[in-house]
Amino acid sequence: MNNKLYDKLIFELSRQGRRGYSLPETAFPDAVGSIPENLLRKSEIGLPQVDELTVVRHYTNMSTNNFGVDTGFYPLGSCTMKYNPKINEEMAAAPVIAAMHPDQPARFSQGALAIYHSLASALAEIGGMAEFTLNPYAGAHGELTGLMLARAYHDSRGDKKRTKVIIPDSAHGTNPASAAVAGLKVVPVKSLPDGTVDVEALAPLLDDTVAAMMMTNPNTLGIFERQIPQIAKMVHDAGALLYYDGANLNPMLGIARPGDMGFDIMHINLHKTFSTPHGGGGPGSGPVGVRAGLEHLLPNPRVVKKDDGTYDIVSSPDSMGRVSSTLGNFAVQMRALSYILSLGSDGLMEAGGLATLNANYIKESLRDLYDLPVDTVCKHEFVFDGLKDKSTGVTTLNVAKRLLDYGFHAPTIYFPLLFHESLMIEPTETESLDTIDSFIAVMRDIAHEAAADPEMVKTAPHTTPVRRPDDTEAALHPRLTFDEL
Amino acid sequence: MSHRYFPHTDEDKRIMLEKCGVGSIEALFADIPAELRLRRPYALGKQMSEVEVRDFFSRLSARCTPLACFAGNGHYDRYTPSVVTSMLSRSEFLTSYTPYQPEISQGTLQYIFEYQTMMARLTGMEISNASLYDGATATAEAMILASGNSRKRPRVAYSSTLCDAVVETLRTYARYHGIDIVAIPEDGGVTSVEALQSLLADGNIGGVILPQPNKYGIIEDFTGLSDAIHAAGALFIINSVAIDLATLRSPGEWGADIAVGDAQSLGIPLSFGGPYLGYMAAGKSLMRKLPGRIVGATVDASGQRTFVLTLQAREQHIRREKATSNICSNQGLMALFVTIYMSLMGDEGLRKVNSISAAGAHYLARELELTGKMRLSFPDRPFLNEFEMTTSIPAERIIDALAAKDILAGVATAPDRLLVAVTEMRTADEINRYISTVKAL
Repeated sequence: MNNKLYDKLIFELSRQGRRGYSLPETAFPDAVGSIPENLLRKSEIGLPQVDELTVVRHYTNMSTNNFGVDTGFYPLGSCTMKYNPKINEEMAAAPVIAAMHPDQPARFSQGALAIYHSLASALAEIGGMAEFTLNPYAGAHGELTGLMLARAYHDSRGDKKRTKVIIPDSAHGTNPASAAVAGLKVVPVKSLPDGTVDVEALAPLLDDTVAAMMMTNPNTLGIFERQIPQIAKMVHDAGALLYYDGANLNPMLGIARPGDMGFDIMHINLHKTFSTPHGGGGPGSGPVGVRAGLEHLLPNPRVVKKDDGTYDIVSSPDSMGRVSSTLGNFAVQMRALSYILSLGSDGLMEAGGLATLNANYIKESLRDLYDLPVDTVCKHEFVFDGLKDKSTGVTTLNVAKRLLDYGFHAPTIYFPLLFHESLMIEPTETESLDTIDSFIAVMRDIAHEAAADPEMVKTAPHTTPVRRPDDTEAALHPRLTFDEL
Repeated sequence: MSHRYFPHTDEDKRIMLEKCGVGSIEALFADIPAELRLRRPYALGKQMSEVEVRDFFSRLSARCTPLACFAGNGHYDRYTPSVVTSMLSRSEFLTSYTPYQPEISQGTLQYIFEYQTMMARLTGMEISNASLYDGATATAEAMILASGNSRKRPRVAYSSTLCDAVVETLRTYARYHGIDIVAIPEDGGVTSVEALQSLLADGNIGGVILPQPNKYGIIEDFTGLSDAIHAAGALFIINSVAIDLATLRSPGEWGADIAVGDAQSLGIPLSFGGPYLGYMAAGKSLMRKLPGRIVGATVDASGQRTFVLTLQAREQHIRREKATSNICSNQGLMALFVTIYMSLMGDEGLRKVNSISAAGAHYLARELELTGKMRLSFPDRPFLNEFEMTTSIPAERIIDALAAKDILAGVATAPDRLLVAVTEMRTADEINRYISTVKAL
């Protein structure tokens, strides 16, 4: 990270006549001239004209305005910003597969299909599910796929009246949004003061119009939903399916499996639990698993292992339908498989425990200065409701921004919506005691600064390349392209 | 001994457990009902060293046949400049999350702003979002947008000449979201304008989705359609292979309201299915209805130009079930990919990619017809670099024969149909080998 902003845009580096490409000459006669004139583009595009080194320096300099897991500690709650191992990148770049077309017939793609199937099988073992599809492109896409699949299940039984989905008020925003895209009406269920689902409030909501209930476990407060066996029974008795949002799967590694908890459908964010890089917002990957009896509903196309040990790609009219052009973000899947192989059963068994240890250690080390609204053992993450001393007027936003000055990424803020000043911290298992101790020391310093010099904290950050962007101006007068600057 | 990804020493664990007031890590899970606990190791192998992981992947890689790719069907074997691959491996880009903290994410926000500008210009539209998953899901998002755009006109019409995978995805989304979609039949390899006109006359069509080029590689003529679609109160949506728009009349020039599709063709490796890149560009009037992230320019406290995620009132983390889409993670890094690609290639480079590809494709199509083993399914229709052949011998047999010569002949879209694409990656030698192999059949 630089303190000084590299502020150029590539368009500002463009000079008429420069170029950054090389292409072979064709041996064949021109063909574009044979296309009728009115089907051809008339206008210039207006892409920059830049030489190769200018491009390299531009994006290199731009990258120094950014903060990644490789830069420093990234305790962004519910995002599981663990180390992204380098071997995974190398494996994902395997040249033969990198050049392989998604429609290359199965008989010429057995190795790639074996990778798909190996990962799907490993996820099924870890999730306690019968089968996984790897086709969905991200977590929210997995949620959408899973909810559509739940609808397909009820449809296949001739049960057309199930149009609702029950979602706890602590859920990730994607849950209700995915439900809406899947054509389901969202029915929120309250949380108890301890953040877990209020089973008494749930009971009257469960009737024959409910298609599914979505939960994440541990929930967004990092608390394990102990009532899950009872909730699963209630949901199933009502004829509905129980959906597991796998965003918080990491602490369950080696500890418990969603399938054993009674979940029927789940998705996994490979870019969280299985270490694939978030790439500044994507690509992710959101595999969806189902319990036995629902496999035939998984999206088309499906990769299957045949009796003779070979793999095939099949589509079925029983399926819920297609949700993607291809078999998913395959290079992301390769990274996740590389991670699973690198950790092995023995490594995976340890990960959830260490992630949980790290989170509890931070919580216990800061609880005297930060408000802990739910005081219990957490799992991978926990939520503070801002500083304990509210008299200074220093908010969670201020604390988050001040952390940036100290070289840490901020935790997730103002989520979950259960508290006014939510500060959600998830350290993951790959952070050392040394890193965590320096984070704790800085969080303690900030709490003291808030008392001693609240203005300084409220005006943070002070050392970052830009300081407190004007969001209101951005939304009031949207300028979304270079042409609008 | 601990794994190299886990830094905890026994002493570290002791210190941490003591702080937590428990005697073991196990005790941190005492709240989980015993019957839910996993009491056995996963039935997966033991941890592998890097040497073993490499060996695992290289053995599987060896079970894939490397073939010179003449397959297209929406995704193409394209040249990737080495600069792109190198820049993408910058871990400041690679290992960051969605830019929620703009003060330490200007790199990501700057390139998304560049991306939005380039995609808007390439499609001839005013604005673009920050990316969607792929071409099929981007088209589904456009369908949802169009369906909700006017209460009076909730139906969406789509051309039967869209790629099959796109159509199947549209059908899935429509079925569950509850959108009444209707297929516009094809006529001689292109969208039937007559059928479209009569659908529009019904008065309840909110959006029309047409492909450019279409699933046969044919360049369709949309003359007059923008007026007809708009007169009926519907949105005009064009699904395109991104790079083709450097040469073909752009969605903006056709008068479209929304341009969507897959931008994989802008140099992104095929990687057996992804990651690719869905794009969506539109007129500014639709700005608040677009799905996904959008980056805007503003100033910071010291007045310097700064970029932020904006118009977030559309998004799931704010609006929950009322959001314009459920998308959260998108294909951010692939947006960086095509931004660097387009920076290097420029207008001229993109046009040259298309002209090299078209030259090879037209030559191959002509020569294949001369073999007498196949003919163009639609000989009078214009195409750029992809065309469909009707074969007199089974298409799968042709694919096998060419695979024996290290060539992927194309995509068999029917027992006697072969969809063939040529890109700048195909050498004269490969094209001639294709022709001579077919001749010998």
